[in-house]
Amino acid sequence: MSARMDDAAEAPDAQRATPSRLARFLGSDLWLSFRRSKLAMGAFAVTLLMFGLAFAAPWISPQNPYDPAQLELLNSNLPPLWNPDGQSPFLLGTDDQGRDVLSAVLYGLRLSLIVGMLGVVVSGFLGIGLGLVAGYFGGALDTLIMRVADVQLTFPAILIALVVDGVAKASFGSALDTNATILLIVVSIGLSFWVQYARTVRSSVMVERGKDYVQAARLIGLSSPVIMVRHVLPNVTGPVFVIATINLALAIITEATLSFLGTGLPETMPSLGTLIRTGNRFLFSGEWWVVAFPGIALAGLVLAINLLGDWLRDALNPKLQ
Amino acid sequence: MLAFLIRRLAQAAVVLAVVGLIAFAMFRFAGDPVNQIVGPDTPVSERAEIRKSLGLDDPVLLQFGRYAGNVLRGDFGISYQFRQPVTALLAERMPATLELAFCATLFALTVGILMGVYCALRRETVLAKLFQAISLVGVSLPTFLIGILLIFLFSVTLGWLPSYGRGDTVRIGGWTTGFLTVSGLKALILPSITLGLFQMTLIMRLVRAEMLEVLRTDYIRFARARGLTTRAIHFGHALKNTLVPVITIAGLQLGSVIAFSIITETVFQWPGMGLLFVQAVQNVDIPIMSAYLLLVAAIFVTINLVVDLLYTVVDPRLRTSVGRTA
Amino acid sequence: MRECRACWHNFRIRAPAPIAGATTMQRRCDAVTSSLKNALLALGLTLGLGAAPAEAQNVFRFAFQGDIKSLDPYSLKESFTIGMHGAVYESLITRDKNLKYAPQLAESWETPEPTRWRFHLRKGVKFHDGSPFTADDVIFSANRVRAPGSNFQTNVPGDAEFVKVDDYTVDMKLKTPNPIAIAQFSTWYIMSKAWAEKNNAVQPSPPTATSPSYAALHENGTGPFVVAEHQPGVRTVFKKFPGYWGKVESNIDEAVFTTIGNSATRVAALLSGEVDWIDPVPLQDQPRVESSGNAVVMAGPELRTIFLGMDQWRDELKDSSVKGKNPFKDKRVREAFYLAIDEDTIAKRVMRGQATPSAILIAPSLYDRSAEIKRPAYDPKKAKALLTEAGYPDGFTLTMDCPNDRYVNDEAICQAVVSMLARVGVKVNLNAQPKAKYFAKVLAPGYDTSFYLVGWTPSSQDSHNILYEIAGCRNDPKSGRGGWNLGNYCNPKIDEIADKVEQETDAKTRDAQIKEGFDTISADWGYIPLHQQALAWGVSKKVTLVQRPDNMLMLYWVSKQP
Repeated sequence: MSARMDDAAEAPDAQRATPSRLARFLGSDLWLSFRRSKLAMGAFAVTLLMFGLAFAAPWISPQNPYDPAQLELLNSNLPPLWNPDGQSPFLLGTDDQGRDVLSAVLYGLRLSLIVGMLGVVVSGFLGIGLGLVAGYFGGALDTLIMRVADVQLTFPAILIALVVDGVAKASFGSALDTNATILLIVVSIGLSFWVQYARTVRSSVMVERGKDYVQAARLIGLSSPVIMVRHVLPNVTGPVFVIATINLALAIITEATLSFLGTGLPETMPSLGTLIRTGNRFLFSGEWWVVAFPGIALAGLVLAINLLGDWLRDALNPKLQ
Repeated sequence: MLAFLIRRLAQAAVVLAVVGLIAFAMFRFAGDPVNQIVGPDTPVSERAEIRKSLGLDDPVLLQFGRYAGNVLRGDFGISYQFRQPVTALLAERMPATLELAFCATLFALTVGILMGVYCALRRETVLAKLFQAISLVGVSLPTFLIGILLIFLFSVTLGWLPSYGRGDTVRIGGWTTGFLTVSGLKALILPSITLGLFQMTLIMRLVRAEMLEVLRTDYIRFARARGLTTRAIHFGHALKNTLVPVITIAGLQLGSVIAFSIITETVFQWPGMGLLFVQAVQNVDIPIMSAYLLLVAAIFVTINLVVDLLYTVVDPRLRTSVGRTA
Repeated sequence: MRECRACWHNFRIRAPAPIAGATTMQRRCDAVTSSLKNALLALGLTLGLGAAPAEAQNVFRFAFQGDIKSLDPYSLKESFTIGMHGAVYESLITRDKNLKYAPQLAESWETPEPTRWRFHLRKGVKFHDGSPFTADDVIFSANRVRAPGSNFQTNVPGDAEFVKVDDYTVDMKLKTPNPIAIAQFSTWYIMSKAWAEKNNAVQPSPPTATSPSYAALHENGTGPFVVAEHQPGVRTVFKKFPGYWGKVESNIDEAVFTTIGNSATRVAALLSGEVDWIDPVPLQDQPRVESSGNAVVMAGPELRTIFLGMDQWRDELKDSSVKGKNPFKDKRVREAFYLAIDEDTIAKRVMRGQATPSAILIAPSLYDRSAEIKRPAYDPKKAKALLTEAGYPDGFTLTMDCPNDRYVNDEAICQAVVSMLARVGVKVNLNAQPKAKYFAKVLAPGYDTSFYLVGWTPSSQDSHNILYEIAGCRNDPKSGRGGWNLGNYCNPKIDEIADKVEQETDAKTRDAQIKEGFDTISADWGYIPLHQQALAWGVSKKVTLVQRPDNMLMLYWVSKQP
């Protein structure tokens, strides 16, 4: 709310009242709460590490697991390096195609994060847009959007994602290339998660709509889209950010689940979920490393993001302070 | 009151109609139904005839009307994979899913309430912290990973519990049950835990939060001041007041438990509706997909409707309430 | 999927009133109590009445990765399903434990002249519904098996005319002599004419399948077992048929079949004793089964040959970077693909040694001179050179179709092929799918594939089937010739040879003709044969049974220590 005041304030001492953004952040309650919570710091560190590893995957992986030319069948089914049968450079062993598990996990992490973030972006845009429209204009449009949201909310996201996937496959044929598959999953996730954004944004907008500054903006002749995006939207960034963080974890889980169920990413371009699905076959035969490491990576990533989201929600919730 | 009732019913009907429309659109437009029915070497003329006999050339509105009529009569068409009526297939699989959902909910309620109460009353103990940590894991980890972990631990390593299927079942009329055999009961344990873990976490957190809130309220303080025993306060007043929303949520969640069983059933090869649905997605068996979608929608709508109506009977303020949001 | 957490607040808002929840719960409780009551009642009944005889039953439980889709014996030519049908249906001539001809519904048969076969039918045989088996049923079945919609049309010669001589004698008249006319009779099961007519099941799986065919869900055979329960995709229960005409070797009273698609759970079920037989045992789990002490792996060479096919039919390859022409029409490209694939390593690593690399499209045990044809050695350098020579120095892109639940490690084989081709510059997009979708895509009428993997067992146990169905030109959609030649590799010379082989009665000349046929395929680089996969059944030590190389489980040879 204070940011709004700053924008409106023309006073010369505004400079003094609002130092640099960084300083403002460092002095904020958010930062304090972060420094006080060891769990949040740990989760943040793990998340950062995962993002870093995912980003650096092409440079730090010993192998590109998506390039079939680099897979050597003769190196298949090797255990991790600390096992007597392990072979360098396969630190975490290899799978049945000679794919280096470490590289596959790093690339899988990258893919899972990309799909997750794209899914969050798509659902965010969709949800915020519809929420703004519904809340600002109200009336029949609002009723329509919110009814659709109600209907949608009756279904778990995974069910919607599966249906979207199945319908797309029936319509376009199943010979989609990997990029189209990724796009399909992103769209499935986007369509599954927009409702919470829409509801949150809508309720905030309905509150803001009646406020003086919006009326004032309307009076000076600003158009509705401008008012919505420039003035109303900034007020809902907090809750939207919380939803986005939690939804990132959900999106990653959804992608992994789709891949695990066999309708996600193919085995030639494995995400963490696909790796777990294929590795699951070797659970009984003692080749545990094929499933264990992707599982640990996925669990760590999701847990860290969830913790971060939890903390963020509490920290941004004035009722709990 | 009556107006509200009618409006609620109308809303439920609208929801079902919209889902029905989606289901119909899937059924009709996702892939060519004729291609799915005939053998690969069927000549074009024969295909045209089938197209006509199925009414695929009629106006879309008429087709939707026919589809809706069929659905209302319980006819969801023929599965492309099994060449059998979808209704029969779903009915055959339903007991497995319902029994699993029931056990999972039971597990979630008992364990969740116990852990929640403990966490609220003994907030600082190690055990409470452990419960909190478990709840975090339960909420965060993907269901399939938990299932695999349980299988690895209890089936592969220890060999205590079966890793797949329902074990021996007993058929009573049209219902097959796993409750009456030892192997059936053993087979229920791991899938129920996997499926119920998330709800358990939810309930545990809810019980804890509600208990803490209630314990802060005036009437509890008053009760304490009156000299009631701690036990009476905790269990006679605090817990009792907590349980109502908890049980309501468990009821509301029953629908999502049924829907979530898709994943659990796949991991444990549980022969229920969810596994049927996943196989349908993999094999693009649209009639099963659309029927399942409608079924889940119907379950959700019914549960919500019942809860809504019961509330209004109790609390007049809600009769005209608009949907509040978080 | 976890959206409940975010809308959690909603629930709390929606749940302030006390009574509603309690009422819901009360209703639930009522429901539980009443179902519990029913359950206890049923338990009492089972314990009191049915328990003793149930104990005496000798039940054989078994699991396969796929299911028994239809009970109609003419609906799907798939080994496991055919084997299961063989427990309830019978053929005129069957095959014994060594795959040799043996009488079944025909007590004997002879060929009075080269174009006429006479079958003497067994008397006193009853169908499961009690009606007697006669010549009319044979003639009816001969028509039904060749009717549109049947998957077994080639099992009975298309030009054969069946004539009833008397109630227990049937003649089969051919236009041309055919020494292998009865080679596929063992999987042509005889159905009851009266039963099919009564239940509107005269046509095999009617194309207007708005209602499932009666024969797909019910059976009425003459075999030693009846189907007591059939839930497609879940389980099928077989029970002994008390009115069976012959003596049955098996000592089991009931056989319960379950589908377990997940291979790890299938193995777990065998090891824990939940089932007595599984197929297949995944390669990686075989040591574990062997060391378990309560089950063994029965492995043997299978007759099925796994091979790769290439589209040599379209003028432009589908989903490829090459436009305006089809690289597979160039023999050098086909040779390059052949040489770029290191089958020995696939057999060793992907198949973990449980496969025999093959140079031809038929298993060695089915063709005496197969050892004379050698597989060209793996030579990526030469492959690269050939591609350059053909005008693809940088390779090209194409799509490969592959099933992922049909053959042993099918998708893993395809992935390995993709890797190997990548090393000579060919970029392959792998499209691996469940078998139902895969076959719907690659089979007739679309033949929608550029490059694919298929496994084939000649149902006649004879090379002619390969030269006819796999390598024959796909010119006439009505004839079965080239029916499984998905890429339409076509050399008219092979058709000529196939026709000669069909009629040749002298074994030596015939073998020479077949050799010429296989040599032609090799010289054309028409197909890329990979290997014969090993059969791997997991069998409980309590069970004795017969494993034939055609990978069919015959229930009437299964015995179990009670």
